[in-house]
This record gives sequence, C-alpha cells and structure tokens, in this order.
Amino acid sequence: MTHDHDHHHKSPATLRTRVLESLLVEKGLVSTDTIDAVVRAYEQDIGPLNGARVVARAWTDPAYKKHLLEDGTAAIAELGYTGRGGAEMVVLENTSQVHNVVVCTLCSCYPWPVLGLPPPWYKSYEYRSRVVREPRTVLREFGLELPAKVEVRVWDSNSEVRYMVLPQRPPGTEGLDAEALAALVSRDAMIGVANVQAP
Amino acid sequence: MDGIHDLGGMQSFGPIRREVGEPVFHEEWEGRLYAMRMATRLQNPGNLRPHIERMAPGQYLNSSYYEKWLHAWTQILVQNGVLTEEELRDREAALAADTGTPLPRREDPHQARQALERLRQPQPLQRAATSQPRFRVGDLVQTRHFHPPGHTRLPRYARGRQGAVVKFYGFHDYPDEDAAPRVQPLYAVRFAARELWGESAELDSAVYLDIWENYLE
Repeated sequence: MTHDHDHHHKSPATLRTRVLESLLVEKGLVSTDTIDAVVRAYEQDIGPLNGARVVARAWTDPAYKKHLLEDGTAAIAELGYTGRGGAEMVVLENTSQVHNVVVCTLCSCYPWPVLGLPPPWYKSYEYRSRVVREPRTVLREFGLELPAKVEVRVWDSNSEVRYMVLPQRPPGTEGLDAEALAALVSRDAMIGVANVQAP
Repeated sequence: MDGIHDLGGMQSFGPIRREVGEPVFHEEWEGRLYAMRMATRLQNPGNLRPHIERMAPGQYLNSSYYEKWLHAWTQILVQNGVLTEEELRDREAALAADTGTPLPRREDPHQARQALERLRQPQPLQRAATSQPRFRVGDLVQTRHFHPPGHTRLPRYARGRQGAVVKFYGFHDYPDEDAAPRVQPLYAVRFAARELWGESAELDSAVYLDIWENYLE
C-alpha cells in the first residue's frame, strides 16, 4: 500500500460512523453543523474548568459552600452549569477525616456539565473493577497516599444522580482569589483520585 | 443481567493506565458519533446500555468505549426502523469504494442552536410520589439476592448485602427491565467494605450506591 492510500485508509468504525452520518443527514434527522457544534461544545466549553469554578466559589464563599453541600443541583445551576449527564448533582466534601472518590462500575456515568466527558481511565475496566474493592491501593497508584485514619468512601454512580468531589483547599492559598484558585483545581481532584496542590 | 459490564470487584485487570493531557476525543469519528447520538431527533432514542450489556464478553472487552456505542446505536436505529440493514450495507459499500469525496453537508443553524440549548437544559429527575417510602435515613436495609435477565443497576457485588440508608433522593424513574413500578423511591445506601469483600476488605472504607426501593428486601 502506498503512502497515498494509507492516508485514505479508514478503520471499520470510521467507515461505519460515516455511513450513519451520511444516512441521518440525508434523511433530515440531524444536520452537519449540528454535529460540528456539539463536538465543539464538548471539546471547548463543557469541561472541568466549570467544576473548578464551583470548587473555587465554595472555598471562598462559606454560604455558597453550605448551599452546594445541601443542594448541589441548585448551587451548581446558579453558576450556569446544568443539563445532560448532570440533571441532579450531589457534592461530596473531602475533609481531614473523610476522602470521597467516584466511579461507575457498570458503565461510565460522570457529571458532564461540571467535568465534561470522562477520561479513558475513568471508563477503563481496571478502574471500574478495582476502585470499589481496593480503593486505598488504587489511590496509591494515582500517587495519593491516605493516612490510615482517613475513611475512604467510594461512590458507585449507578443512577442518574451524579457525584462530584469538593476537594480540600490546600494550605498556603489564603491570598488567592477565586479565579487563581480555580486554576489549581484538577479534574482528578473532583473525581477524588487526587488532592489539590498549592502552587 | 450478569454480563461482563458488571465489573465491580473483579480481579486480574492490572494497573490503571493513564495518559497525560489526553484529548476529549481520540479520533474524529468518536466525536461525530457522540454528537449524532446526542443531537439526532428520534421519536424513540432508545437506551444504549442494554445493547452494550448483551455483547459477548470477548467482544465487549475488545471493543473501545465508542465502538460499543457504535454497535449499540446501530442496533437501535435498525430495530426502530430509522435505518435498514440494506441501507447500511449499500452505503458502506459506496463509501468504502470512494476514499476521497467528503460527505455531503446539510446546514441547519436553527437545529444546531437548539441542540446546544438542549445539552444545557435542566432535566428534572424528580417524579411525583407514588407510594409511602418504606425506609428512612438511618435504617438498616438488605438488598435482594436476584439475577434478573435484563438491565439492572444493582451490581452483583452488592446483592444480598446489608447497608444503611444515608440519603433519600425522592422518587425517580426505575431503569430495570423487569415488571416493577416505573417510578420508585431512590436512596443512597452505605455498605461497609467488610460486608462486601469479607476478609480481604481494606480497612476503614465503604461503598455507596444508589438503591431503588425494589432492590431492597
């Protein structure tokens, strides 16, 4: 096969997806620019920076934090993050006594409006099978060594209720404003497989 | 069903592999498939999960995440009469033979705008109460030991186990494919690791699951 042919070689999945797109567009069931717009929305707008802003607000506004922990759906909607894959939100607070971590063992459920689409490792057979059974071991693999006195709570996200972790605010960040704090909050910390590090 | 998808607690999968700075979609077709599934307006959009769960274990394990979507959604589109096997076959032959021509485009800015609005539209999950909830926060509960042939959200590792109700989530749609009422109370239930994994449990840990009332004895 020449290089030129290679360039046009299509995997079975690429070909099948092109088949679906051409038929569905032809039948008027979806338009090309709609597909483009939804891809762009998840590539550019609906991602973990949304969740990071929720966390930073909770760290800097005690009344908001209280509201967030009592009614995650409403408090997150207040910042404009609503919609598919996050219709009902529960926020889990990590403390010096309790560490929460989220998984979906049966599938890949994840809070889209605040974290975007899940990373491949979250959907992996390895993470799904192991974190419910040996969470401390798995967290250690992620580089998170928890003291024995910290209780680990694994939330297996099996309904349409979606979970997000409110990580602990790292010491030494007292002088930072919400925007600077949001920049520190990683996606992994909001899933519960990492802590937030001071800059 | 007791399918390969029900992975919680299985051993032998090995270390979790992570990429640094991975893209949202690794290949273009993944994004287009995802977007089509989200945005195509169908009378009956269907549920991918039962179709994915019925895949043979070898096929499931060897298919990527979006390959499973592609498999399940194609089945749904054919079953619901949106596309026929013949159309798929003919178009596939035509597109396979034509490597250069881009797909024809159809623009509909109004539809694109609506699709983006729908992604962000709040979707209330709360349903009107249909019964008096049988349990309260703090109650000790026991899950049923069942093996339904269809879709269920009670993983194998949590069947026939004791836990404690920690939250009441109101009334939600019930997703299983059995004959139980379609709207039920939903609770968050805490299971001690020891109850689930016995002697091999890690210390000071617990698993929380969302439990529809029909899952409880």
